[in-house]
Amino acid sequence: MQLIYEKSREGCRAITFDALDVPEAPLPAGLLRAEAARLPELGEIEVVRHFTNLSRRNFGVDSHFYPLGSCTMKYNPKMAEAVAAEPGLARLHPHLSSSPAYWPACQGALQLVYETERLLAEIGGMKQVSIQPIAGAHGELAGTLLIAAYHRAKGRHRDTILIPDSAHGTNPASAAIAGFKVVQIPSAPDGTLDVGAFKAALNDSVAAIMLTCPNTHGLFEPGIREIAAAAHEHDTLLYYDGANLNAIIGQCRPGDLGFDVMHFNLHKTFATPHGMGGPGCGPVGVGPRLEPFLPGPRVVKDGDAYSLVTPEQSIGKMSCFFGNFMIAVRAYAYIRHLGDKGLKEVAQYAVLNANYIHARLKDAYTPAFGLRFMHECVFTAAPQAKKGVKALDIAKALLDRGYHAPTIYFPLTVKESIMIEPTETESKQTLDDFCDAMLEIAALADRNDNDLAHAPFTMPVGRLDEVKAARELNCAC
Amino acid sequence: MSWVPSTPAERDAMLAAIGVGSIDELFESIPADLRLKSWDVPEGRSEMSVRSLMAAIANRNSIGRVCFLGGGYYDHFIPAAVDALTSRSEFYTAYTPYQPECAQGTLQSIYEYQSAICRLTEMEFANASLYDGGTAVFEATTMAVRVTKRTRVVCHPSLNPTHRILLDTHARNLELDIVEGADPTDAACVIVQNPSFLGTVNDFTALAEKCHAAGALLVVSFYPLSLGLLKTPGEMGADIAVAEGQSLGIPLGFGGPYLGVMATRKEFVRKMPGRIAAQTEDHDGRRGFVLTLQAREQHIRREKAMSNICSNEALCALRALIYMSLLGKQGLRDAAVQCHSKAEYLKSKLTFAKILNDGPTFNEFAVRLRKPANEVVSRMLDKGFLAGLPLSSVGAGEANDLLIAVTEKRTREEIDEFVRALESASCS
Repeated sequence: MQLIYEKSREGCRAITFDALDVPEAPLPAGLLRAEAARLPELGEIEVVRHFTNLSRRNFGVDSHFYPLGSCTMKYNPKMAEAVAAEPGLARLHPHLSSSPAYWPACQGALQLVYETERLLAEIGGMKQVSIQPIAGAHGELAGTLLIAAYHRAKGRHRDTILIPDSAHGTNPASAAIAGFKVVQIPSAPDGTLDVGAFKAALNDSVAAIMLTCPNTHGLFEPGIREIAAAAHEHDTLLYYDGANLNAIIGQCRPGDLGFDVMHFNLHKTFATPHGMGGPGCGPVGVGPRLEPFLPGPRVVKDGDAYSLVTPEQSIGKMSCFFGNFMIAVRAYAYIRHLGDKGLKEVAQYAVLNANYIHARLKDAYTPAFGLRFMHECVFTAAPQAKKGVKALDIAKALLDRGYHAPTIYFPLTVKESIMIEPTETESKQTLDDFCDAMLEIAALADRNDNDLAHAPFTMPVGRLDEVKAARELNCAC
Repeated sequence: MSWVPSTPAERDAMLAAIGVGSIDELFESIPADLRLKSWDVPEGRSEMSVRSLMAAIANRNSIGRVCFLGGGYYDHFIPAAVDALTSRSEFYTAYTPYQPECAQGTLQSIYEYQSAICRLTEMEFANASLYDGGTAVFEATTMAVRVTKRTRVVCHPSLNPTHRILLDTHARNLELDIVEGADPTDAACVIVQNPSFLGTVNDFTALAEKCHAAGALLVVSFYPLSLGLLKTPGEMGADIAVAEGQSLGIPLGFGGPYLGVMATRKEFVRKMPGRIAAQTEDHDGRRGFVLTLQAREQHIRREKAMSNICSNEALCALRALIYMSLLGKQGLRDAAVQCHSKAEYLKSKLTFAKILNDGPTFNEFAVRLRKPANEVVSRMLDKGFLAGLPLSSVGAGEANDLLIAVTEKRTREEIDEFVRALESASCS
């Protein structure tokens, strides 16, 4: 498909403005750009057609089953999009929160911040939540900055954060930005955290341990109580990476498990759209220990009136206003629709669906671990790879069969990993069709089918040359 | 109230295939005493009920006011086609293009977006997006620290004071020496903003030369729409250009989602954070696009990554690309001319207030009123206007100082009415 710049025709216009109704004002020549920006020059229909056709070269949740492990690609309710289009929300200026003089004009928005934070705190078993962090990794950074502030306020130097080898890459990356040294804790052979190794690594320089639970192997940490007790003995805090919250929402709460701080991924658990990579929303939740340090300002409620205060010991600001507010609004609508019973069903069916896929595939693909999987199941394609069919080939073959591929080569702890997360919003029929495709591919792999190494065949492009891309670095035209 | 499509019969068939008697059995790995006992989450409501609840809450906000409020976020016109195209679910329900063959729409749009940003700024490389303008300043800072291996960071007085607070918060434990001023000696970078937070337009070319002579980088935080007219970061010699991309077709939405824009020179691209798309080809020589230089990123480099960013603001970047494609070369200039000319018209009428800017302005300027700005904006709210940002509320001025912004959406009639209302609110 041509680039939009290749379609550009000099002098062509789409959007125009009314004639200027005031005198055109000059600016000193030295402050002006020498040449106009070379943006596309096209008619509106050409722009519309270009992007419509581009969209058709994508798989999305609405068009394809998207079992991308660790990403929770569930259905994004249309209702939430309609709510977010409310002009009273979409057109609201953020600086209305900056001056008390404007607070009467944004009471509804402040109410939504307040209520969303209250509901998320309840769901996480946390004391308070701040929706300021803009994405999951940003929530991790907020959490680790809060942990640093906590230990600093106690007048002690804690420079280490423990992180399992199965963790998302954002965990160590966030901890490093918050100023911590990262020590990796190995997984036990059964895929859970090696509690012995964790205890051996614990000492008074350890500020926190960051855990995902269930972990990225899809397994609930059976030693969680022991881990929490051991950590708290050293006043080492427990951080909960909310990426896998979909597995336990309404079944148990991170706060009740002993976690002191967590982030939520509203674009995963709470069904806000992934938008090709973003925007997400990564609220941070805290227990009583970290509450005094939350980013400010905080929305407080007095009767029916909402106002803002900044905690004295606040770490500062994670975002200029209330993070990705319009994403939080979608999540709020989602929570209000599902309510108590609906939210509990989320984890129930997410776990049911993953275990059903596991049951149907476990003879053809080797499960990476023997314990009960939660919301996602992890296989290793190592046996297939020995016959020349790698996890990558299986992924590409799925594209030809109309499925987005599962996550592959993550977690890094599993060779030729295939990580499948179906979510609760898929029907048994969809799961069956997907499993049939997986089984067909397994049978082809068994027969050393050479074609698999060249899949996909039905996409707009075949496998792309990544070495050429990195060597030539043609990243703009 | 549920988006679970399974019937009870299907549920039971799945349980049987798994070999368990109930869904509860699947949760046996959670210790029984740690299971949820109760929580204060209300019962669910129908879609119809949630929609009316949300409409009622939204109605507690005032949106009918004529907007002269800016401070880095502006009430610009958004063509209908921007909403229509970004509402296509093939875009908004897709995720990061981990499988490029089924994500060429995403990847080509990122490549085109990067190209648009490079053309707008006259820089060589842009990334696929960061969170927003404020966090982009922080990312530019750590990038400059990586490039120069220095720890002194100089914030020019032109910088948005809230962005400075964000920088202090994020960099709290990185042992940086963050100071105010314009002296690049021993600095990793000098961070400037153009136009300044108070709206003044500058040419930072000489500062760029001073920075380079001192081995420091110049980071320019710019206002994208102003580049329809103004000298570009590239022309000034900037090393890193960052921006809040909200002005490029993104609704105000009470603070987000917005768009963090970042561009740089070729020599620094390997130190840039965030995803980058590149052109390549498949085995048959067909053009295609992939994510590249991924070894910079957290999923590979972990604690040694250029940044912890994973989710970005791709859908907002798509909005910006579509906006720039619809306005085009001439339209972006026209929008900038309208903003500037209408602001100048307003400025010329404000005989009762003192203009505080010490140079030319683009579409925003600061004035000193005869009364406290908070009091004036409160009165103006009743008269149907968002009169501007009281500067003392963001620590950028005295009690009587107000920051006023004008966009292409304001008509001469609205401006004339605004002048009359502001005079009566601030002088009587």
